[in-house]
Amino acid sequence: MERLSAYQYWPYENRPKITWPNGAKVAFWVAPNIEFYELNPPGNPSRQPWPQPNPAIPGYGIRDWGNRVGHKRQMDLLEKYGIRGSVSLSVALCDHHPEIIDMCKERDWEFFSHGIYNTRYTYNMTEDQERDMIRDSMESIYKHTGQKCGGYLAPALSHSEHTLDLFAEVGTELFGDDAGFYTCDLFHDDQPTPIDVRSGKRFISMPYSLEMNDTIVYAVNKVVPRHYATMLKRHFDRLYAEGAESGTVMCIPTHNYQVSNSHRIKAFEEALEYITGHPDVWVATGREIAEYYMENCYEQSRADIDVKRGVK
Amino acid sequence: MALDKDYLNYPWRQYGNDHDRFPWSMIHDRPSVKWPDNKSLAVWINTSVQFFPLNQKGVPFKVPFGMNMPYPDLRHYSLRDYGNRVGIFRFLDAFDRFSIPATFAVSAQLSADNPYLIDRLSDQPGEIICHGWNMDHLHYGGQSIEEEREIVKRSVDTLREKSRQPVRGWLSPARNQSHNTPDLIAAEGIEYCCDWVNDDLPYAFNTDSGQITMLPLQTEIEDSFVIGSNLHSEDSWVTQVIDAIDYLIEDAKANQSGRMLGLSLHPWMTGQPHRIGAVEQVLKYVSEHNDIWLAKAGDIVDHSPFEKG
Repeated sequence: MERLSAYQYWPYENRPKITWPNGAKVAFWVAPNIEFYELNPPGNPSRQPWPQPNPAIPGYGIRDWGNRVGHKRQMDLLEKYGIRGSVSLSVALCDHHPEIIDMCKERDWEFFSHGIYNTRYTYNMTEDQERDMIRDSMESIYKHTGQKCGGYLAPALSHSEHTLDLFAEVGTELFGDDAGFYTCDLFHDDQPTPIDVRSGKRFISMPYSLEMNDTIVYAVNKVVPRHYATMLKRHFDRLYAEGAESGTVMCIPTHNYQVSNSHRIKAFEEALEYITGHPDVWVATGREIAEYYMENCYEQSRADIDVKRGVK
Repeated sequence: MALDKDYLNYPWRQYGNDHDRFPWSMIHDRPSVKWPDNKSLAVWINTSVQFFPLNQKGVPFKVPFGMNMPYPDLRHYSLRDYGNRVGIFRFLDAFDRFSIPATFAVSAQLSADNPYLIDRLSDQPGEIICHGWNMDHLHYGGQSIEEEREIVKRSVDTLREKSRQPVRGWLSPARNQSHNTPDLIAAEGIEYCCDWVNDDLPYAFNTDSGQITMLPLQTEIEDSFVIGSNLHSEDSWVTQVIDAIDYLIEDAKANQSGRMLGLSLHPWMTGQPHRIGAVEQVLKYVSEHNDIWLAKAGDIVDHSPFEKG
């Protein structure tokens, strides 16, 4: 298809006001990706997991470092600033490294689905295969954490045309409206927005900034660590200022093998200290923000989107 | 295109790692590590002394900083060679000035081709480890075990003979391995390897010939990664190294357990006149810091806290 059908054009100006709890200007959440990359993943015709034949020790090693060393560093830091993580989870990690899952559970963190492994791509799956994979991921989260998975970030950001539809449908099949109601896969906005899925379910996109994502910042854009702190603060400052008009969302997506590196973690801390030091910030999980929006802002947004499209 | 029918089967989806080389553990859950004099951070400085052949094939993957222009790529060949002719001597002066117990990971072919260089490295107080045959003899999945065995044996034998050192350690070119590499190097009497960068401490690693030590040599803080791949300035590299050291010392103290940083340098990169000052700043910092145990790679292995099989 030429144009993504999941959302409509909806200009940022003149939208209905979002009022966050306690009049906060910014709803702030941190989404640690806790991932498992396989040493010997199968190939996918559209994308190879590693630049070298298996075993690709350089890429595998640093990601393993993230779980062995980086996770606890980041978790301790988030705890220090009163932030509960919203975990984008390779759910096989529940089997491989349950200690990490337990630590996050103890801290009342949210878990949402990031597929089974970050080395298994959605590309070339049949619809049934993708549905099975998504169902496996939501069932695994429920089995290991007791949580009904609210959100989805496709593994390694690999999608099909029906990814959002399938996630919404499997959520309904397993847990009704309690699961499968937000996606992190779209980067079109700084506020939550209603999403059209084929079942007609109430479903939204949560801002999950690719531009603030540590892997994009460090591994793709090659940013100097201390400048990342500056970028995060500037990003926040603008959303905080605009949030006086209507509530905005800031997300920092992280990876324990990037942000926790010894030469980088101080930059992250500097930003967290700055952001949480502001009075009108609602520090929450992705699910909490999504639920609040669906309860309080969804209908007005839907109506306004129709108005802006010229629909009576 | 259809996927293989097994694409959604997960044979290793079980507790622990998806291999048998070492058990899964998180660094904070392990017994406390004590370095000599109760220092917080063990730092070893590795210098990779590398030979990049002019006719580099880059099979099965392109090695970072290798030949990437149409043959003959004189610019990259000679720029890498610069490190072994010029840059290394700036390093040696600096190591001497700051009393650095140095580790040199040497392409074995260089030791056969350049007697002056290997004698010079062998005659100073540092330690020499094997960095494979050269930067175009890669170790990789799918390689025939006979071919790889021959490369490992030739590399280790040659370097031991020419350096007159025991050569206890191994660093694969581009830190890449086949599934057999750990077994093949252990069979040649290698005691430790630096390829798996998945920890801030050494740990025990299983091979067919018993356990060896894995001694991670950090990639993301090395000169070529920061300056050459990320295109950060040499000043920023110094800041990043010092930030990493300061954080690791804090982490060691908070957890009452030693930590380790393996810092890798390349004379073709930071041996340049405009960059050597950055190396000297880093060496000055580590040599004057009271919380740092500066050591050769093998010294850290000898202090590693686990039993070796």
